[in-house]
Amino acid sequence: MMTMEKMIKSSALALALVAVVGCTKKESTTGATNAAPAGDTILVGEVGSMTGSEATFGTSTHNGIELAFEQINAAGGVKGKKFKLITLDDQGKPDEAATAATKLITQDKIQALLGEVASSRSLAMAPIAQSNGVPMITPSSTNPKVTEQGDYIFRVCFIDPFQGTVMAKFALDTLKVKNVAVLRDVKNDYSVGLADFFTQTFTKNGGKVVVDQSFSAGDMDFKSQLTAIRAKKPEAIYVPGYYTEVGLIARQAKELGLNVPLMGGDGWDSPKLTEIGGKSIEGSYFSNHYSPEDQSPAVQKFVSEFKAKYGVIPDGLSAMGYDAAKVLADAMTRAPDLTNKAVRDAIATTKDFPGVTGVITLNEHRDPVKSAVVLKVAGGGYKYQTTVKP
Amino acid sequence: MIEFVQLLVNGLSLGSIYALIALGYTMVFGILQLINFAHGDVYMLGAFIGMYTSRALNLGEHPSLGALLLVLAVAMAGCAAMGFLIERIAYRPLRKAPRINLLITAVGVSLFLEFAGQLVFGADPKFFPQIFSIESDFSFGELKINPLQVLVFGISIVLMTILQTIIYKTRIGRAMRAASFSHDLASLMGIPTDRVISFTFMLGSALAGAGGVLVGLIYPKIEPLMGSMMGLKAFVAAVLGGIGNVTGAVVGALILGLAESFLVGYGYPTFRDALAFALLILILILKPTGLFGTKRTEKV
Repeated sequence: MMTMEKMIKSSALALALVAVVGCTKKESTTGATNAAPAGDTILVGEVGSMTGSEATFGTSTHNGIELAFEQINAAGGVKGKKFKLITLDDQGKPDEAATAATKLITQDKIQALLGEVASSRSLAMAPIAQSNGVPMITPSSTNPKVTEQGDYIFRVCFIDPFQGTVMAKFALDTLKVKNVAVLRDVKNDYSVGLADFFTQTFTKNGGKVVVDQSFSAGDMDFKSQLTAIRAKKPEAIYVPGYYTEVGLIARQAKELGLNVPLMGGDGWDSPKLTEIGGKSIEGSYFSNHYSPEDQSPAVQKFVSEFKAKYGVIPDGLSAMGYDAAKVLADAMTRAPDLTNKAVRDAIATTKDFPGVTGVITLNEHRDPVKSAVVLKVAGGGYKYQTTVKP
Repeated sequence: MIEFVQLLVNGLSLGSIYALIALGYTMVFGILQLINFAHGDVYMLGAFIGMYTSRALNLGEHPSLGALLLVLAVAMAGCAAMGFLIERIAYRPLRKAPRINLLITAVGVSLFLEFAGQLVFGADPKFFPQIFSIESDFSFGELKINPLQVLVFGISIVLMTILQTIIYKTRIGRAMRAASFSHDLASLMGIPTDRVISFTFMLGSALAGAGGVLVGLIYPKIEPLMGSMMGLKAFVAAVLGGIGNVTGAVVGALILGLAESFLVGYGYPTFRDALAFALLILILILKPTGLFGTKRTEKV
């Protein structure tokens, strides 16, 4: 019989072992696929968080992409070929996203890659797409680093310097607050980037960030951070995290008597936000890609078609997925042939494309320059506040 | 000052949640010398059983103490059954096998529950219905205390006392202690060790189930992976207090909760999870038996 001491030590060892085994994932990259496709289908790969804690990101985006391809195929497809979508789940983990991208490119021989929502995961996929010369469009990864990975990587959403600026200006001009606290998710490239850009613009324009606190995705207790924030008496709190944590943060802020509005970014966009946040999240603001309340015909057409197919009002991520697929199809139509190089060049010259989330023109960094909206959480839904142009 | 007191309150309430889970860990260890890694996942099951019960009975619409007690009872019963099954199917066949096999099986059961949970419940976070709420909050000026947290703190102290009573004052408790001393000797004395071990698992799992429901109430976002970090933290708390020791588990959990609260509140939130494991390493180096543990010497 082992002594108690030995027992505990061996248990701790086993624990460490599990942690290490969980982290190793192999990936292999072989042969570029640069041949024009044969047959009458165009294979497009999608990587998304279909399961995992950010599952609504993946499913929303997937629904948008699916709707777009369905419409394009019904209208005859591109160059006489129909789109076929292969979707792989990354469970919300960057290493799984990399594996999925590798599989799609090397085994399924896809011609273009769509995904991810989260910047951390797009950053894991981008080098693989780049080194294999497969065009990749991320629908809604807003961190600037994503498209810096190479000239085959594109996006159809605005980038964080702009999104951070939008909220900073909204706080100063509309909410008229001067002292703001920042609470960022340090495990998340998106959140860190957004918090930095917000702070930059906010302080440059006369505001003051009184305290900058952080948490890690997956935490459930934020009271200690919020207590530290409360001590500095901010007039608003900028929480550029994901909906998974924001709901709980809102609740705990209210419990601590912090009755100031929270502000955030497009990572808030999920029906779960108001479900988990309940009454506590009401009166908060976040920047997003589009508002389903927008009365423009393009948006209303998309909303009604989406609702007819899925029975829900599309969130911003569905709209981004839809636009990403449409931009890809548009580029493939314009491209002289369907080799990866030709498609890449065609995507790069996307100009004045009328998307649901605004007019998309890609600049030399392969990022679009487009407007953002600010939404207010009210009555269990979102109320459109304002549109901010770049 | 007010910040300090608030952090103290936050830490105690967080610690009492760790305590609920750590109690089950420590009990199973005490009797089987097995770190039941699946314990954290039983806690997750408790939260989900609680959620489905509340939804099925529509208790979220009519919050009341009765609703809470009902959901607690269902979740505890469900988890006790789960604990029984886990022990019966996964651990009992390995009773005579080397202990490392048992440990690896425990990790396997844990992963099985986590991923089966994602399959069955869906992996996205779920909202736990607010089946009980106390409107009037205790507040002393700036100092805010969530009454639910006071409740959880109270519940973990009460459960600890009940456990102490069961272990030291009842027949089954005496049997548990005898079995923990030596399985073979205990069975020679006519103690049905298998049944005692089953009982221990059921008791520990019921506690975890209660923990799941209470956590769901305070942090109403539950997901199939919620048990893994919680389980590890509770394990650290149990080791800190001296694994196998019921009072030690509660004290260790409160220390861990307070340490996390102050660390995060005074500016090092990123080290939150590292702290727990740093404490684990420290205690294993300095006092491997934990704060309340006693050294048992090996007799050959």
